[in-house]
Amino acid sequence: MDFLRPASWEEALAAKAEHPTAVPIAGGTDVMVEINFDHRRPEYLLDLNRIGELSEWEVGQENVRLGASVPYSAIMEHLRAELPGLALASHTVASPQIRNRGGVGGNLGTASPAGDAHPALLAAGAEVEAESVRGTRLIPIDDFYTGVKRNALEPDELIRAVHIKKADGPQQYSKVGTRNAMVIAVCAFGLALHPETRTVRTGIGSAAPTPVRAKEAEAFLNAALEEGGFWDSRTIITPSVAKQFATLAAGACNPIDDVRGTASYRRHAVGIMARRTLGWTWETYRGNGRSTEGAA
Amino acid sequence: MGVTGSPTNINQGTRTKGGIGESTLRPDGILKVTGEFAYSSDMWHEDMLWGHTLRSTVAHAEIVSIDTSEALATSGVYAVLTYDDLPTAVKNYGLEIQDTPVLAHGRVRHHGEPVALVAADHPETARRAAAKIRIDYRELPVVTDEASATAPGAPLLHEGRDDHHIGHVPHPNIVHRQPIVRGDAEAAKARADVVVSGEYVFGMQDQAFLGPESGLAVPSEDGGVDLYVATQWLHSDLRQIAPVLGLPEDKVRMTLSGVGGAFGGREDLSMQIHACLLALRTGKPVKIVYNRFESFFGHVHRHPAKLWYEHGATRDGKLTHMKCRIVLDGGAYASASPAVVGNASSLAVGPYVIDDVDIEAVALYTNNPPCGAMRGFGAVQACFAYEAQMDKVAAELGMDPVEFRQLNAMEQGTLLPTGQVVDSPAPVAELLRRVKARPLPPERQWESAGEHPDVRALPGGLSNTTHGEGVVRGIGYAVGLKNVGFSEGFDDYSTARVRMEVIGGEPVATVHTAMAEVGQGGVTVHAQIARTELGVSQVTIRPADTAVGSAGSTSASRQTYVTGGAVKNSCEAVREQVLEIGRRKFGTYHPAWATAELLLEGGKVVTDGGEVLADLADVLEDEAVDVELEWRHRPTEAFDLRTGQGNGHVQYSFAAHRAVVEVDTELGLVKVIELACAQDVGKALNPLSVLGQIQGGTLQGMGIAVMEEIIVDPKTAKVRNPSFTDYLLPTILDTPTIPVDVLELADDHAPYGLRGIGEAPTLSSTPAVLAAIRNATGLELNRTPVRPEHLTGT
Repeated sequence: MDFLRPASWEEALAAKAEHPTAVPIAGGTDVMVEINFDHRRPEYLLDLNRIGELSEWEVGQENVRLGASVPYSAIMEHLRAELPGLALASHTVASPQIRNRGGVGGNLGTASPAGDAHPALLAAGAEVEAESVRGTRLIPIDDFYTGVKRNALEPDELIRAVHIKKADGPQQYSKVGTRNAMVIAVCAFGLALHPETRTVRTGIGSAAPTPVRAKEAEAFLNAALEEGGFWDSRTIITPSVAKQFATLAAGACNPIDDVRGTASYRRHAVGIMARRTLGWTWETYRGNGRSTEGAA
Repeated sequence: MGVTGSPTNINQGTRTKGGIGESTLRPDGILKVTGEFAYSSDMWHEDMLWGHTLRSTVAHAEIVSIDTSEALATSGVYAVLTYDDLPTAVKNYGLEIQDTPVLAHGRVRHHGEPVALVAADHPETARRAAAKIRIDYRELPVVTDEASATAPGAPLLHEGRDDHHIGHVPHPNIVHRQPIVRGDAEAAKARADVVVSGEYVFGMQDQAFLGPESGLAVPSEDGGVDLYVATQWLHSDLRQIAPVLGLPEDKVRMTLSGVGGAFGGREDLSMQIHACLLALRTGKPVKIVYNRFESFFGHVHRHPAKLWYEHGATRDGKLTHMKCRIVLDGGAYASASPAVVGNASSLAVGPYVIDDVDIEAVALYTNNPPCGAMRGFGAVQACFAYEAQMDKVAAELGMDPVEFRQLNAMEQGTLLPTGQVVDSPAPVAELLRRVKARPLPPERQWESAGEHPDVRALPGGLSNTTHGEGVVRGIGYAVGLKNVGFSEGFDDYSTARVRMEVIGGEPVATVHTAMAEVGQGGVTVHAQIARTELGVSQVTIRPADTAVGSAGSTSASRQTYVTGGAVKNSCEAVREQVLEIGRRKFGTYHPAWATAELLLEGGKVVTDGGEVLADLADVLEDEAVDVELEWRHRPTEAFDLRTGQGNGHVQYSFAAHRAVVEVDTELGLVKVIELACAQDVGKALNPLSVLGQIQGGTLQGMGIAVMEEIIVDPKTAKVRNPSFTDYLLPTILDTPTIPVDVLELADDHAPYGLRGIGEAPTLSSTPAVLAAIRNATGLELNRTPVRPEHLTGT
């Protein structure tokens, strides 16, 4: 196994172009586990740790441009206001040590349905900045996940950053694990209210072959909120609407039975989390106390 | 000898008296917390090789052929061994029944069974070479439970059994069967106003010690081998290792290396024989270290169990009778199964007075992973079931579950179903009273943090699944009955060598035993005992090795009792010799030498009235007193194979718990808020260590209540979650507050009146948590661990 250590982003792109099978490694919290278990033995490892700009972020007018290697602990500490859903998701990632190493670029690169960041990115709205020696493109997050542990990157592309829409309303994130910390998701749910566009977006983790949005549930809720004038009246969402939203969110799942949980439990739990996160964000939108940060 | 990372003397001084009853600090504590402690996996020897074990990928198969040629041809490989390379006619080992092949021969019986060994100059080379060994398996049908193991035509795990249990088991796939019958349960049932029965299932728990199996074997010039290893009982290992190597026991010199936890999982051999075989074959030191994945296959687990219980009671709340049947799955090899059966049956009644009982326990041979010793040892599974029954009977009678238990609680003088009288304090009712009397933790603690809910106090924790929605509190109680020490007539002795001499003008005691320090704190307690008995402050604890006699196993809550007792006994003998020297030298100067009760205190010989007679330095001068003695507790008896009658146990140990849980009833997630414990310890030799043992045992019991389980595929008998990713252990955020109430009611038969403490809290913790979850949800929950699916019906 060759260990490539580019000193700059340009060198990294050149190396990836020359060795398309090279596996990028930043925090190593996914890649090293796979290597240690001998699940994969890549020909080349492409170490991105010398490229400092990957650990930087910029807060713009509309978006946060989050470098691929910005660790979860930095998101929790510095971007809670701009990216509340992702900050909550970051809290649920493994242990403090892992949160100091791992970043969203790795989650996207691995594209595991269980990656903790995905539901928050889907709910907030994001684009993945992919680059190769051929140029840069922005891949909408909705098009990024293409299969179990597969994504839309070309073999010569690297993830440079993620452009995440700054929160224009409350966001929430919930994850079910059978332990109260340091656990891989049995299933997860992200929800963001977007008052500017009067829409609600969602993200589901670990309950389908890829991270997915609950699009039918979103469409139903968007219509119901519009028809009922809820965005203006800021009244409590009719329980039957919340219930139907939860049912449709559960219906968006396509889960499996595995050692972590059953398919039917996953569907059930996604429905509960959909109802609860909607309730929490809507209460915040109504101006009742609890901030978008919810907890922790 | 060239080994780095092997143990050295532990010198412990103290500014206080540092005797028994003080919370002296453990000498290994800071090293372990700061990462300086040398564990067995840290050992190194120049020019050493690395051993690797190739394990079966299927649970049950005939080995048609093994081709090692490609592995042997790999550069850097020094040896590849299979069954055919075993040097003597002894090719099996085992704690009680020698049914476990050192390397598989013609057949594998469980997933992960060792088939071949490789030694190479680098661990990765060894691993890759092992992957080149070609094994042709012809798969066989698996038996995975009682029905499949005893079905007509079921494949026999061990054909031609000639062990001493085969004569009394109903089927060759049953390792051992122990009935215990007393009174007439059927007749007593007629007096019952209510009869309650239930079936219970206990999952497979892993010891999950943090330091994986590891050790270093160094061949010696005399043709023998020096083995440095993390284990629980050096001499038991030695007895099993030497015959396979074809060496006399004195040519296999064992030294305990740094042990990272055990909990029963190191009672059986793992890499010991393998490393020695490779070392003797290559003539080079060989180190073997399992990784976490391999560790799940490298040791036995806690027996999963199916238990059926029936209890009856009169309207006024007195238990009339109990019947039960306990089926333990021992997996492919016997390990400690017979003794686990003995425990499960003889303790199946729990800490209650029931005169008419009909008990049966069996352990199966199946193709599941082998199961053996784990903290609680058969008593854990029974306690889970009988405590669920106690709540059911109380509910049926409309009685408070604690009052009902107290009404039937055993006490000193109670006759057990085995006919043994409990002849030391048994404060069962009092322990329950204490946990119940404790104030409850405040309700809705997550709201106390201010504006935001503090999710750390809620089910789901930082995963942020609830801010209080669906959360219901539940409270549950349980109490358990555990034995201390090895039972059923086993010669459960220990040996201690104690030396006293003057070094630099100060009297120093040296304690040498073969006791395995696995984290329980024995090395701390031995120094405390030596200080108390010999009046010194400086004590040196020698590394545990086989140069001294056996200390028995660090298990069964026995080491402080038995090896502590041996150290005390040897210290007393040393003291007598020291006093004899003193009398010889100074006896004529003071009449008290002849007439008074003399003690050693503060480096001096004093009378029981406190008068100083001499400095120990002056008594001993350059003389050393050195004593090695075996020490035994009261003998026990075997259980009658038909009736189960017999004084089978040494001592009994009791703990009670109250669990307070918050359950998210919609998502099926549980947060254990508090697990209050009350336990009688007889005498707390080191109160801080006692607290640690009780809290650790409590948490290990909570683990199997809500998350820990090795999941075995019932169709293939393969392990599905051999990693810490999917075998979940409680983290600190899962850990409840654990207030502990310690009673010290002396057992007059035991050294200092102490009672073995390590296991009892592991028993009652699990059923208390289950009872609390039942209380919160109203669900029956006859299985542990409880999963979200069970709580949500999904």
